[in-house]
Amino acid sequence: MKLTLKIWRQGGKFKGELVTYQLDNVSEHMSFLEMLDVLNEELVQKKEEPVVFEHDCREGICGTCSMVINGYPHGPMQGTTACQLHMRHFKDGDTITIEPFRAKSFPVLKDLAVDRAAFDRIIQAGGFVSVNTGQAQDANSIPIEKEQAAEAFDAAACIGCGACVAACPNSSAMLFTSAKVAHLSLMPQGEVEKQRRVQAMVRQMDEEGFGACSNITACEAECPKEISVEYIAKLNRDYFASSLGSETKVK
Amino acid sequence: MKLDGKVPGGPLEEKWTQYRSSMPLVAPNNKRRLEVIVVGTGLAGASAAATLGELGYNVKAFTFHDSPRRAHSIAAQGGINAAKNYQNDGDSVYRLFYDTIKGGDYRSREANVHRLAEVSRNIIDQAVAQGVPFARDYGGLLANRSFGGVQVSRTFYARGQTGQQLLLGAYQSLSRQISLGTVKMYNRHEMLDIVRIDGKARGIIARNLITGELERHAAHAVVLASGGYGNVFYLSTNAMMCNVSAAWRAVRRGALMANPCFTQIHPTCIPVSGDYQSKLTLMSESLRNDGRVWVPKKQEDAKAIREGKKTGLDIPEADRDYYLERRYPAFGNLVPRDVASRAAKTACDEGLGVAPTGLAVYLDFSDAIMRYGKSKAHSSGNDHPDEKLVKELGTAVISEKYGNLFEMYEKITGENPYIYPMKIYPAVHYTMGGLWVDYNLETNIPGLFALGECNFSDHGANRLGASALMQGLADGYFVIPYTIGTFLSKEIRTPKFDPNGEAFKATEKAVKDRIDNLLSVQGNQSVESFHRRLGSIMWDYCGMSRNAEGLRKAVQMVRELKAEFYNDVFVPGGNNEYNPELEKALRVADFMELGETMILDALNRDESCGGHFREEYQTEDGEALRDDENFTYVAAWEYPGNGQEPILHKEELVFENVELKTRSYK
Amino acid sequence: MSWFSTFLTSSVGRKLVMSLTGLFLIIFLVVHLIGNLQLLFDDGGEKFNLYAKFMTTNPVIKLTSYLLYAGILLHAIQGWLLWRSNANARETKYAVKVTRTVNTNSFASRNMGWLGTIIFIFILIHLYQFWLQMKMGVLEMVTYEDVEVDNLYYVVAQAFQNPLYVVFYVICMVVIAYHLLHGFQSAFQTLGLNHSKYSPLIRTVGRIYAVVVPLAFAFIPVYMYLQG
Repeated sequence: MKLTLKIWRQGGKFKGELVTYQLDNVSEHMSFLEMLDVLNEELVQKKEEPVVFEHDCREGICGTCSMVINGYPHGPMQGTTACQLHMRHFKDGDTITIEPFRAKSFPVLKDLAVDRAAFDRIIQAGGFVSVNTGQAQDANSIPIEKEQAAEAFDAAACIGCGACVAACPNSSAMLFTSAKVAHLSLMPQGEVEKQRRVQAMVRQMDEEGFGACSNITACEAECPKEISVEYIAKLNRDYFASSLGSETKVK
Repeated sequence: MKLDGKVPGGPLEEKWTQYRSSMPLVAPNNKRRLEVIVVGTGLAGASAAATLGELGYNVKAFTFHDSPRRAHSIAAQGGINAAKNYQNDGDSVYRLFYDTIKGGDYRSREANVHRLAEVSRNIIDQAVAQGVPFARDYGGLLANRSFGGVQVSRTFYARGQTGQQLLLGAYQSLSRQISLGTVKMYNRHEMLDIVRIDGKARGIIARNLITGELERHAAHAVVLASGGYGNVFYLSTNAMMCNVSAAWRAVRRGALMANPCFTQIHPTCIPVSGDYQSKLTLMSESLRNDGRVWVPKKQEDAKAIREGKKTGLDIPEADRDYYLERRYPAFGNLVPRDVASRAAKTACDEGLGVAPTGLAVYLDFSDAIMRYGKSKAHSSGNDHPDEKLVKELGTAVISEKYGNLFEMYEKITGENPYIYPMKIYPAVHYTMGGLWVDYNLETNIPGLFALGECNFSDHGANRLGASALMQGLADGYFVIPYTIGTFLSKEIRTPKFDPNGEAFKATEKAVKDRIDNLLSVQGNQSVESFHRRLGSIMWDYCGMSRNAEGLRKAVQMVRELKAEFYNDVFVPGGNNEYNPELEKALRVADFMELGETMILDALNRDESCGGHFREEYQTEDGEALRDDENFTYVAAWEYPGNGQEPILHKEELVFENVELKTRSYK
Repeated sequence: MSWFSTFLTSSVGRKLVMSLTGLFLIIFLVVHLIGNLQLLFDDGGEKFNLYAKFMTTNPVIKLTSYLLYAGILLHAIQGWLLWRSNANARETKYAVKVTRTVNTNSFASRNMGWLGTIIFIFILIHLYQFWLQMKMGVLEMVTYEDVEVDNLYYVVAQAFQNPLYVVFYVICMVVIAYHLLHGFQSAFQTLGLNHSKYSPLIRTVGRIYAVVVPLAFAFIPVYMYLQG
């Protein structure tokens, strides 16, 4: 099939603009990123600079790919990363607009690549269990209810791609932050530090300049791992309990 | 060069404990003065950097990703082995050790493997303490499943995302150390060379991938945990950015590449669909617990399927060949990966393949669905359910166990695997070969260590399923933090190195020249096209089966391709910018040199073992024929470069505890 | 900063303010509606005027009304600040953007700021027109059983004879309906009250509330206009 692509180019000779490319001979079995590979191969053949887009595992798990396709982070298929999106979901003659994930806290590096280091800093603020190597007790000494483990897992499934921020009209990172807070605080191992963790991670999230959550739920709708906004409610609960009801003060 | 594995003395089961208790230590006040560079932050690198940081060393960690959480360890699906014997099925450290040695076709070091089996138990404890959400039973205790090549259930798992959860555990530990200041993290930095001073590894040259700036980083020791080189085949289940460059640059500075021809071809991947394809997708081996592998018995049925006139559903039971169950009754569908892969190739070579390309076999869940459905109906008191209900209940069970994998399959192929049997085909997945290391995980360059898939140490000629995560974490959490002391304890008086010293400047210049050289070619062919061509040479001649004639031809082809590359490659853009094409060019250049070495290694090894199958060396019924008399050694290759042939060094493998037997899964 | 101001100025704390004031205003709307429904009695406004008198003189209600003014202001100011900072969190806008949502109205959820602004302007006009005039004592007085009260009914009935004003009023009620459509359940979500077993009920009640209450408000002027 033939496609018209409007792709955000930024950096080098491009000031930040949508550039139009025509692409013929796209197979419906290609993945979306393979379609971009074909475009880049054509650009290189013409000695032009290929479009920079981030990608790695192409299996929907590493969270590297990050683009907004026709207004949808990771494209129109729900529960799917851009790398798992296939061209059979598009029609011959379609025009496809491709933009980077946009948020002040995710500055564009080049074309479709953005810097998501803010997520790392949120994790560094408290998204861990403070246990040194070698200090652990026997794994089966902490039984965890199956349902609770499953709930923690659903939160832990987050791939840190940032689609939640890209989708949110407020550029809020609450789904990402709440998923990590919930994953850890739902398990007895992580519960020990939950008071400090929730305050520290929310504070870091705010410092990064993300917007506030206004419960639009676009994050859940676009999350490739379909993480629920229930975890945001849980974060709110935990945050109130920790800030107002515990001894913990995070300076 | 004499290769000393430095295996400590004493009985096998006490070697590690005794060695650990007697090895030199570095006092806490000295640790603060010592700097360690860790390159790569996947499972092995992140766990090593975190643990070294916890111990008090000054750690600098490097990854070319935007975050340590992206490393390809994240894609491991099935699970992680540990000799916990939680299922009371007779597992033990010795049995895990034995299975691993046997699974590796007796081409790994006994002492290393035994240590791996010992610490496997600590890994599970550690991961659980970090909050890794492993699967649990209703009693709240950890669940296990079985994996290929073993007869016990020792695999711990977290749905189909075990690698992700373990990596996030290690990433979170690393993040904690970053926040505490013991680890300084360099994201989006790619190591392009090792700096040696007086023969020892004392630093690296890294390129900031955003600005293109070359940076000099000094340390007392360098740890490489940069993963495997499966992408030398272009198409593999590895992530797009996986590469050999960090390891290969070490080789170019004198480290040895051990057993490079030992590559693992994973039997259950989604088949290739077209020549635009950029990578292959793995379907977890755990699927073989419930899926049955088959092809049609008749060529005309296979042909009809390939032409789209029939589907798998149209083939009656009597006309199906469940070839693994037929050939290997003891292990059935759970034979090790190398065996399963070759059997699939044999079936397709006989014209029984079921994809339009002719390269696919079925992995069928219909029996499992019926079995689970009946049992589920029975447990809810319905002893005579109709078929529809059984299917429904059984599908729900399968969906709970493998839902995400089935979804992924459907996304990629557009076909519903609950109805139509899955199509699978082997694909390159893991590389057992890697940098030669001794028992301390130190390469032949003093102060240069290699962990995880990057080294060659534990899996011999074939890795068992769910052992890669185990090895990566064993090396990072429980081995290197101790063994690095054997080197660093002698360095406590060594002052910090000046990154502006001569050695650093010279190495940086060499890197700069290499980059400028690639940029200056300004030819007509893309980096990608060279990579594709290299991959197809490697797959055709050094893939699932090899022969001397093909290998001789291939080595020539690779050399010619390399010459063409340096004459006609086109790398757009410049050095001082974010330039993924340049990154790729540097990696492909290294893949070519590695590919040449792999082929030479495969040519040298006149036997079939594990993932290395030489057509000349097989039994009458097509099984691998090992030659223990002549090839019970590690082949470690030195690559002098400058047009000189790689040089082979041998480390003889000594088996004191296991008897070398013909591997049989029949 | 003290722990409390750290809490209140955090994104989550600020949302708590929105949630609590929002819920308070939701309750107030019911009370207000009960009052307005008195207009429908065909008694020349006696019940309505007595009700208005009660609402402006009872000390408990008076105290509550100050809380209400504060609530409205707090909700508006905090909402405006959040709106502004949220808008700043994305400097370059998307050329193409589609916002899908889960269990909430996408239009309403995305436009709470605009909807709120319209409502705030409506409240100002509303207050000026009815409340302020009553406070300034410029209204006519009527006497019921020896009690003299302001004839607020007269002002209201007059206003509702203006078709433009009726249309304006009805439009504002639609705006409030949308604001509530998202706001009702959003307030619970912010409080952390999201539970797979109970949230469907909250959402259903919220939707019914968002439709029924503004509809009832809008019905009154339409009815009075048609009655002449």
